[in-house]
Amino acid sequence: MRFWHKAIAITWKDTLSEIRTREIIFSVLVFTLLVIVIFNFAFGTSQEMMALVAPGMLWVTFAFAGVLSLNRSFILEKEEGCLEGLMVSPISREAIYVGKMLGSLLFMLIIEAIALPIFAFLFNLPILSLQIVIITVLTTVGFVAVGTLFSALAVNTKAREMVLSILFLPIVAPIIICAVKASDSALSGEPWSSLFPWLRIIGAFDAIFLVVSFLIFAYVIEE
Amino acid sequence: MKETGIFRNTLLGLSFILFVGALYLIFVYVPTEEGMGIVQRIFYFHVPVAWIAFLAFFIVFLGSIMYLWKRESKWDVIASSSAEVGVIFTTLVLITGSIWAKPIWGAWWTWDARLTTALILWLIYIAYLLVRSYATHEQQAARFAAIVGIVGFVDVPIVALAITLWRTQHPSPVIFQGGLAPPMLLTLLVCLAAFTTLYSLLLIQRASIKNAEGEVGKLKELCS
Repeated sequence: MRFWHKAIAITWKDTLSEIRTREIIFSVLVFTLLVIVIFNFAFGTSQEMMALVAPGMLWVTFAFAGVLSLNRSFILEKEEGCLEGLMVSPISREAIYVGKMLGSLLFMLIIEAIALPIFAFLFNLPILSLQIVIITVLTTVGFVAVGTLFSALAVNTKAREMVLSILFLPIVAPIIICAVKASDSALSGEPWSSLFPWLRIIGAFDAIFLVVSFLIFAYVIEE
Repeated sequence: MKETGIFRNTLLGLSFILFVGALYLIFVYVPTEEGMGIVQRIFYFHVPVAWIAFLAFFIVFLGSIMYLWKRESKWDVIASSSAEVGVIFTTLVLITGSIWAKPIWGAWWTWDARLTTALILWLIYIAYLLVRSYATHEQQAARFAAIVGIVGFVDVPIVALAITLWRTQHPSPVIFQGGLAPPMLLTLLVCLAAFTTLYSLLLIQRASIKNAEGEVGKLKELCS
């Protein structure tokens, strides 16, 4: 399993640099908190209103947080010339994709693991349930599967930050819809069976885009 | 070179004749639909344009795969020209749909499944065109656009699936269930033929302009 060794080595490199610089997780968390507070100003604080807008708010926040942290993922590589280093080393492009993807997935999940309790705390909603956790993990896999591909693409263009969000948001639109609807059912205490149709689409999206991104990632970073 | 000129003129003539015929069929020949009245006639433009927009994005998908595989700029020229025409056609679908929706649904826009799908599709291919303009050089633009062309098209069925589950209000397709009266079907088919020729014409025209641009670029490089 040489492939996995190499991929995990890249993930470990990213994790180590994140532990030392705290550049992504900390700043994205602050950003997430700010978005939550701003939404609060926009929608007011009544409990009924919160129950109504909470699923949408949750996923808009996570989608923005995803764009932000995925952007950093390759900007760091590019700025320090690390991407060239990775490309001349005897690692397949696919391993680079898997390594970077797992790193971003780990960061996003840590951010969400901290943000979800904050949500529950601030809005007095039953967000910390197994249903929400499963929706979050599945959707985040979809986010980073597409996001890692587009992040590597965006970093080589003239308008990095802009390109990622322009590409990322319409492509992940279907899983945002599904995540919002599924969270909505979960928050109103509906059974698993009502979540299942949504989770199935998110799962299909994850599987399709993990494969597609894996296959075409090599074309993104070939220069 | 001369042969393509003749081919293009033939297409131009053909699409002109077909459009005149289509307009005659829509405004004179075909009977007015019972339930919706006169506004239903926009259907004969709306539906073919929507189909051709899908066809255009499918051509983008094929062109993108071929470009990444063969690395010949002609595939990129085909893909990007088709994307431009596809975006125009999707815009037309959204506009004609809105014109129909206002008297029938009482609103220009509703967040119905197919409307939303068309809108997301439109945004994806706008992004496709934007990525090209943000790239640092020609080959990079082609390569990055090809990636968006592939990912975008793969996304289409999932978008449609998710949004359909989310909400549906659009009239369900009557065409394949034989729910369309013969004169209406005839009109629709003539319109479809007219828009298909128009699409081919625009695609060839745009591709040849792009090729000419490429030639001029090469010559400029030689001179400087």
